Amino acid sequence: MFDTVINLLETGFAWIQSNYIIWTLLKIVVITLPLITAVAFYTYFERKVIGAMQIRIGPNRVGPLGLIQPFADVFKLLLKELILPAKANRFLFVLAPVITLAPAFAAWAVIPFNDFLVLADVDAGLLYILALTSLGVYGVIIAGWASNSKYAFLGAMRSAAQSVSYEISMGLSLVGVLILAGTLNLREIVLAQQGGVFDWYWLPLLPLFVIYMISGLAETNRAPFDVAEGESEIVAGFHVEYSGAAFSVFFLAEYANMILISGLTAILFAGGWLSPFEGVPVLGDTFLAEGSILWFLAKTVVFMFMFLWYRATFPRYRYDQIMRLGWKVFIPITLVWVMFAAVLTVFGIVVKGA
Amino acid sequence: MIVQQIIFYAFALVMVLAATMVITVRNPVYAALYLVLTFFSAAAIWMLLEAEFLAIILVVVYVGAVMVLFLFVVMMLDINMVPLKEGFIRNLPVALLVAAAMAVELLMVIWSKSRFGVDLFPVPPPTPAGHSNTQALGELLYTNYLLPFEVAGVVLLVAIIAAIALTLRKRTGIKIQDPARQVRARRDESVRLVKMKSEKPQGG
Repeated sequence: MFDTVINLLETGFAWIQSNYIIWTLLKIVVITLPLITAVAFYTYFERKVIGAMQIRIGPNRVGPLGLIQPFADVFKLLLKELILPAKANRFLFVLAPVITLAPAFAAWAVIPFNDFLVLADVDAGLLYILALTSLGVYGVIIAGWASNSKYAFLGAMRSAAQSVSYEISMGLSLVGVLILAGTLNLREIVLAQQGGVFDWYWLPLLPLFVIYMISGLAETNRAPFDVAEGESEIVAGFHVEYSGAAFSVFFLAEYANMILISGLTAILFAGGWLSPFEGVPVLGDTFLAEGSILWFLAKTVVFMFMFLWYRATFPRYRYDQIMRLGWKVFIPITLVWVMFAAVLTVFGIVVKGA
Repeated sequence: MIVQQIIFYAFALVMVLAATMVITVRNPVYAALYLVLTFFSAAAIWMLLEAEFLAIILVVVYVGAVMVLFLFVVMMLDINMVPLKEGFIRNLPVALLVAAAMAVELLMVIWSKSRFGVDLFPVPPPTPAGHSNTQALGELLYTNYLLPFEVAGVVLLVAIIAAIALTLRKRTGIKIQDPARQVRARRDESVRLVKMKSEKPQGG
């Protein structure tokens, strides 16, 4: 009896593995479900962290320590009425949140969690990421335009200009990484950083690392660059007309994007799944010195925490100063440092994989 | 192979339909969005041709940057279609003539069997698994085609500078911040400490 069940399970598993489409769909589910859960708890984490920084308690009513709070929020949003503004463009109005969310999830297809856990180990992984992160801005523009509202439209215009500007400095920081690594494949980029914490690319590419993180803030419209929704100026920006489930999708996309940028920072500048103690003789062969998915997740959480830290620390930038910072400060610095990265590679000062 | 053909025809159909919509819809914002869809389908077809670098760059550059700015402008402009359509009938004969000339030129290329045709361009052998499209392109661009590549770069640079020079204008009578001057500001330039005797209480 027991044997037959095991046998049945094994044949079933073998059949699933042999069926390419079902096996890939399963992998996608295995990546997206934890991601959505992570987004839900990221909102809780944010409220707790910012609460602690402002000497408040944060959510503590729903469930033990307030842990059920994100689910309460989700159900509240889903059960609310979806309001369609008069003369809004119905089709685009509904499409916009989906366009914002889809790239934030699709980009995870090429993220390597460790040496072999990756959905699509493609050669042009970094380019794919660049292409997908540049698509998210369409959701914002279309939402602003389709809402038939001036506040929403102003927010969308601000956000579009800001995203396009900071994409350039972000892309140039990536160019620095790919010059040092010599590949566009994210898995190989991590492998090129082997050798412990000082071999990761944050050190030789320190300015690019800082610029990448700041541009990531601007790309995801987070404080201090959240003028796209600046409550004090344009109510809530591009999603002011959205309610209920449609609004929650925008919310989901913003947090999914933050997690994505954190994960990418971990992969490109902080050695991905590699251990920071690699090559330390005392630790030897213990799990501390070995690369594993736990290191990748830990690094991602550290960068995710930084997003919240910045929000609690810095006041909002003025719009003209945001544009000035992007174009006149970041782009020149990245251009110079890309040259410097080329010098580092040509003269063998930074050797990959050592 | 059959899957590839289904994908190709699906994207080709979407692309042709979207491209038709670009020139037929009345709303310019819709037209721009259909153009985005056209680019995206074209990128997918390039991907089928194993030109992944070009496909992704098409999405990054045209969809991600150029069309965003294009939409930006189209949405900001309050385009009134009536004056645009004014001379339509009057200019129609000239337009038809130009269209006919272009159609004839296109047909001449397509019909000339010696230069154009499926049998002239055999299917290239599929590239091996480890082949890096990006690396191959980079090697060609920076060795064989270095000069044209650099010239193209210079032409683009000239275009950038020209565009900036055309739109740059000095306006008087407005308040402008000079960040460099703000950063240079020192305490003793704006703060003056004055020593003065303490005043006596009134009526004391």
